[in-house]
Amino acid sequence: MKTTKLLLSMVIATTLFFVGCKPKDADIQAAIQAKEAAGITVAVTKGDVTLTGEVDDEATKAKAEEIAKAEKGVKSVINNLTVKPADVPVVIAEDPALIKNVADATKDFPTVKAEVKDGVILLTGEIKKASLITLMQHLSALNPKKIDNKLTVK
Amino acid sequence: MALADKYKALTDAATAAGIADLAVREQDGVLYIDGTAADGATKDHLWEVYNQIDPNFTSGDLVLNVNVAIDAAVTHAKVITQSSNLNIRKGPGTDQPIVGKAAHGEVITLVNRSNDLWWLVRTNDGEEGYCYAQYLEAQA
Repeated sequence: MKTTKLLLSMVIATTLFFVGCKPKDADIQAAIQAKEAAGITVAVTKGDVTLTGEVDDEATKAKAEEIAKAEKGVKSVINNLTVKPADVPVVIAEDPALIKNVADATKDFPTVKAEVKDGVILLTGEIKKASLITLMQHLSALNPKKIDNKLTVK
Repeated sequence: MALADKYKALTDAATAAGIADLAVREQDGVLYIDGTAADGATKDHLWEVYNQIDPNFTSGDLVLNVNVAIDAAVTHAKVITQSSNLNIRKGPGTDQPIVGKAAHGEVITLVNRSNDLWWLVRTNDGEEGYCYAQYLEAQA
């Protein structure tokens, strides 16, 4: 009887020991979330971690996964983070090329005067409303920094 | 007001129209929208939206550079000048001598489109030279 009691208490003690040792999902979640960068959402189910959200680059995505894997009690990490598409840099034409291209584009608009300086196209003179969109479309394809439209629309 | 907000209707329209490689960035007080439209009507629609937000394009705070995608297999283009003939020139530039003309509405053969602004064409009469690409509409 005494032995049985002892054994039973040992079993209970052992169980408590292991349960106490094994971090709960919520604790794991909180611990990882605290270490991850803003914008990353951490979810934990039975030790399986899922990362979601958007990060700036691949390196950040890999690092987020490492952080999660290093946490005690984590069995696996599903990395569903997406990388923000990099912004395509704005291309602005050099003045010599732009001057030539603007001259070509405005040739058929004799009432329009165009000047180019530091990538900015300055338009003066007058234009018919119907022709304005066409002219603007032509000029916008030339990679100007800006189109300063001072045209009088008739 | 931030430019992205001012032109939100335009960027929304571009997204809805399925503009390929759509890029929207603000730099030094100008919003740059680049991309490729599936056809000319889509491009024109975006310009109408732009014109509604900024009547007559007087603000100078947007560069809308949306080109029309052209299938590599396309071999012919229609002359879409307002009414006049289209000059065909010896080289790519209005400083180049005129070697021929294509009539308004005429469909001509595309020889080379490696230059975005000036396409090398051949008329039905066999005249070959460069035309301003904005006055040509690729024929599907």
